Order: sequence, then C-alpha cells, then structure tokens
Amino acid sequence: MQTFIQLTVSGLANGAILALAAVGFAIIFKATGVINFAQGSFMAVGAYMVYTAIADFGWPWPVALVFAAAVAIAVGLGTERFILRPMVGESAISVIMVTIGLAFFLEAALQFQFGTRPLRMAPFIPEGTVQILGVPLPMNRLVAIGLAALVLGAVGAFFRFSRNGIAMRAVADDQQAALTMGISVRRIFAMAWGIAAVTAMLAGVLVANIQGVSGNVALFGLLVFPVVILGGLDSIGGTIVGGLIVGLLIQYTAGYLGGGLQQVIPYILLVFILMVRPYGLFGEVRIERV
Amino acid sequence: MTTTGVYHTNYRSELRLRHTRAEQVRLWMAVVLVLLLPFVLSPFWLSVANRIGIAIIGAIGLNILTGFTGQISLGQGGFLAVGAYTSGLLVVRLGLPTLVAILLAVAFTAMVGALFGIPALRLKGLYLAIATLASQFIIIYLVRNWEFITQGRDSISVPRPELFGFVLIGDFRWYWPIMGSAVLATILGRNLFRSGIGRALMAVRDQDIAASALGVNLTKYKVMSFAISSGFVGLAGALTGHYRIITWERFGLNVSIEYLAMIIVGGLGSILGSILGAIFIVLLPSGLEQFAISVRGVFPQVTAQLPALQLATFGIVIILFLIFEPRGLARMWQRTKDYFRLWPFRY
Repeated sequence: MQTFIQLTVSGLANGAILALAAVGFAIIFKATGVINFAQGSFMAVGAYMVYTAIADFGWPWPVALVFAAAVAIAVGLGTERFILRPMVGESAISVIMVTIGLAFFLEAALQFQFGTRPLRMAPFIPEGTVQILGVPLPMNRLVAIGLAALVLGAVGAFFRFSRNGIAMRAVADDQQAALTMGISVRRIFAMAWGIAAVTAMLAGVLVANIQGVSGNVALFGLLVFPVVILGGLDSIGGTIVGGLIVGLLIQYTAGYLGGGLQQVIPYILLVFILMVRPYGLFGEVRIERV
Repeated sequence: MTTTGVYHTNYRSELRLRHTRAEQVRLWMAVVLVLLLPFVLSPFWLSVANRIGIAIIGAIGLNILTGFTGQISLGQGGFLAVGAYTSGLLVVRLGLPTLVAILLAVAFTAMVGALFGIPALRLKGLYLAIATLASQFIIIYLVRNWEFITQGRDSISVPRPELFGFVLIGDFRWYWPIMGSAVLATILGRNLFRSGIGRALMAVRDQDIAASALGVNLTKYKVMSFAISSGFVGLAGALTGHYRIITWERFGLNVSIEYLAMIIVGGLGSILGSILGAIFIVLLPSGLEQFAISVRGVFPQVTAQLPALQLATFGIVIILFLIFEPRGLARMWQRTKDYFRLWPFRY
C-alpha cells in the first residue's frame, strides 16, 4: 500500500509536469498548426536560466523565475518570427524538421555555455518529506503537483475568460473568420509561442528540481508526444488527463514490472491510441483518413 | 539545342536516364573520381568516404519513402538496427556466409518496414511522424532487452567477412563493396522512378485521393513504399554492422534525424539529392573536426567546444536550408547549371 501511494504521488507529479509541458505544445498546435519538436529544448532553456540566475548571479528565486520567463518569451517570439513565419504553407515534414533543427541549435547553445555535466539545481522548493496517511512523501513532488495545477488552472481561465484567450480560440477555430473580425492573427501566433515557452520553462524548472539540470530535461520533453496524442492534439483539458495517465503509467510500470519497460510503455500506448482512436480521448474528430 | 532547355519529342527520350551529352560526360567523370579516390585519400578521409557510401544507401532508402511517397519516417535508426542485427546475428549464430546474411537482412528489414508501415494506411503527416517516432523507441527497446537474441547492451563484433578470396579488413578493402552497393542503390533508385511503381508512389505523394481515383491502390503502394525503402535501409544497416561492431547506441533517434537532414539538405524527391545530402551531412562534422585541429594553436577553445559546435552547425544548416532552399542541394546544382547554360543572359 505504501509503495502504491508513493508511486501514485510520483506519477501524479511527473504527470502534472508533463501536462504543463504538453499544454504549451497543444496551444502552439491549436493556434498555429505547428508541431513543435523543440518543446523539450524550451524546457531545458528554462531550467538552465533559473539555475544560472540563482547559482551564478545570486538572485532570489522569484527574480530568477521572472528572468527565466523573460528569456523564454524572447526565445518563443524569436522562434515564431524568424524561423516559423517563413515556413508558413510548407509541408508537415519541413515544419517538423525546422523545429528539430531549432532543438539541436538550442541544445548546442546550452552546451556552449554550461557544458554537458549535470548541474544541481539550487533547491528553492522545500525539500524533505511529509507524512500523509502514514506514508512519507517527498515534498518537492507535492509542490510540483500544486504548482502545475495552479498554472494549468490559470491557462484554462485565460482561454475561458480573457479577451486574448477568446481571440486565440477564434483563430484556432477559423483563421479567416477571426481575421475578418479584426483579430490580428500574427499577434495571436506570437502570443501562443510566448505562452508555450513560459509553460515549458516552468515544466523544465520542475523537472530540473527533481532530477537535476542537464540535457536530460529535454529528453523528458519527448514524452509530450504520447501525452498529446492520448489527450487529443488540440484539447487543453485532454493534455492534463493525458499527462496524468502517462505519468502514472510510467511510475506503475517502473514500480511493479521494471526492466526498463517504463521507457517504452508510453510509446506502446501511443501506437495503440493511434490505431484505435487517432484523435485522442478529447480531441476534435477531424483527422483526415485515406 | 540545349540552350533553351531540354525538349522531348517522344516518351522514349523522356524516359532516358541521361538526356544530354554533358550529363554523360559528368557521369563518367564521377565514375573515374570514385575509382581513383581510395588511392589518393588519407586513412581518415577514406573511412569518411566509407561512411558516406553507407549513408548514401540509407538516404536513398529514406528519400524513396519520405521524398517520393510523402510518408514521414522518424524511425530510420530503428530500421538500420534491424538490418545490422539481423545480418550480424545470422553470421555469428548460424554461421551463414556474409553475402547470404546481408540479402536475408535486406528482406527481413523490408518485412519489418512493411509491418510498421501499416499505421501509415490510416495516418498522415504529423500523426505518421509521431507513430514512426514510437516505432524507433520500441525497436531500440526490443534490441536492448531481448538479450537472448541480441546480446542486449553488449556490442557484437562480427568476424571479418571474406569476399572473392579477399578478407575484408581495413578501410581500403571495405571501400569497394561499400561503393559498389552505393552505386547499385543509386541505379535501383533512379530506375524505380522510371517504372509504373515509382510513378504510382509519386502520385500518392502529390494527391492521394486523386491517385486512388486513377486506380492506384493506396494500401498496396504505401506498404510497398515502406518495404522498398526499408530494404535499402536494411542494406545500409547490414553494411554498418559488418564494417564496424554492432551496438544499439549507433541506431538512436539522432541517427533518424541525421538521415532526415540528409534528404532535406540534399533535396526531397531526388536521387541526386540523396547522394549530395549524404556527402554533406557526413562531411560536416568531420570537416569541423579537421578545422578545429588545424586552428588548435590559435583557438584552443574551438577544440574543447567541438561537440557543441558540430551540433549547432547541424541545427543551423537544417534551419537555413528549410528557410532559404527547401528543395536542397539538388536544386542549387540545377540552378548553377542553368546559370552557366544561359550565360550571359539571366533567363
């Protein structure tokens, strides 16, 4: 029972982080139709920026987060303006490859500056364990769940209530109609990349807080693919459910079956979902069949 | 005659592989170059040439699938692994002759490719990309964990094969079978797209619904494209396996991406492009390495940062090609030829 609860909490924590990473991915896809393979690299950039602000500049962590968010927004907007805008109208493979190229470039830039050795994140989230139901649970995972829930709630509220959020949904629904209503599609695209970069940054910081700052943060980002396919590529709520399912699945597989199976189980699930329900649990049924 | 373009008055002349005398001359020059290279290259560049030869086979394979049929594959590394392990294990475990093992590996990889191509019947574009990404991870997982077959994480070293009485050892002796296979792959690739099958594949790429309305059986040709492509990739994998030791680390996701970069930099849907792209992408890190060594005295930090430099250049090259020349080196070559043919006029 104790193992089960611990696995569940770790799974929920990983799932919440995954959902956070995936929500940005889904926003970009929904608003601009781009599959962003650099989402993991955005996470790594965020993690390294917070690390360097705390460890090298000696700033307090709230300032560090703001600094990292500013860098993330700059990277996101720069990507949209200089890399993806020239690619509008190109085939899916070109758009995918350009984001892969960007991922390599960002990874290399981080290597230039910080080397490849894993670094330890300054612990700004309280460490130690708390007893819940007599089971010791690591504090940083509980905080990760809470933080992710908070951010995801904020993103949800943004889309539901704010003017820009509604405009973004309008663009996602029908670009032409949104243009005729006086919505600036360019601004919406930029905004989508900005939000996605910031959520990815937060996810990266939370991952780094658990497993240290290294290139592996970007590898964690590859798991967004099973998450978004499971939840439905264009559904914000779906990414949350998908993230939690994938996070729990990985932890339970690791805890009860082991043998490295946890590394591929998300992808096996992914193939299965693609075969039976390609639009995911909550996605819009719009997939093109041939 | 050719100053205003190459014209065809009948189908026979259009189907010809080389349309002009200049193309014939250039072909013979390339043949002479390939035959002379091993005698002038240093050992380092000879091993680079061998890697280029293998990459050409794999890139042609991927281009058949992605460039000519329009099916994205991020699973190239996995299929290379299938080819390498099949061929290597057939030799090590069953003691088959190398040539037979390689042929069986090609057939088996083609089968596996067809199997993984089945999702492509229902999926397009990015969904297919993600499905093939999953196949990459699943294949490498199986290779690493089916220890009773693949020796898991340990590498396999295949005994040096013998071909026509020569033991294949060292880069110079390997050069001939590798380049021979690359030439064979090029000829097969070029001729595939003069045939009905090739035209059907291109029709699937251009407009699948129209193709099916014209009587192209989509199911058959998509699976066939996966099978043919994987056959080439299996050959490349088998050669890698025999040329060097086999280890799963050589077939990761980054290899899949490298091959995609080759066909994008070279030119999607072009056999010449596959060759140019393979040369470019293999030469890039080696060239940077040589550059770093040559400036070691003046800029020692270049050597220290070499891996990051190679990675960054790789990323930038992909981005720049996609933005400024999406049709790759093949198109640049075409434009250069046009420039000189029409000189001094612009068009």
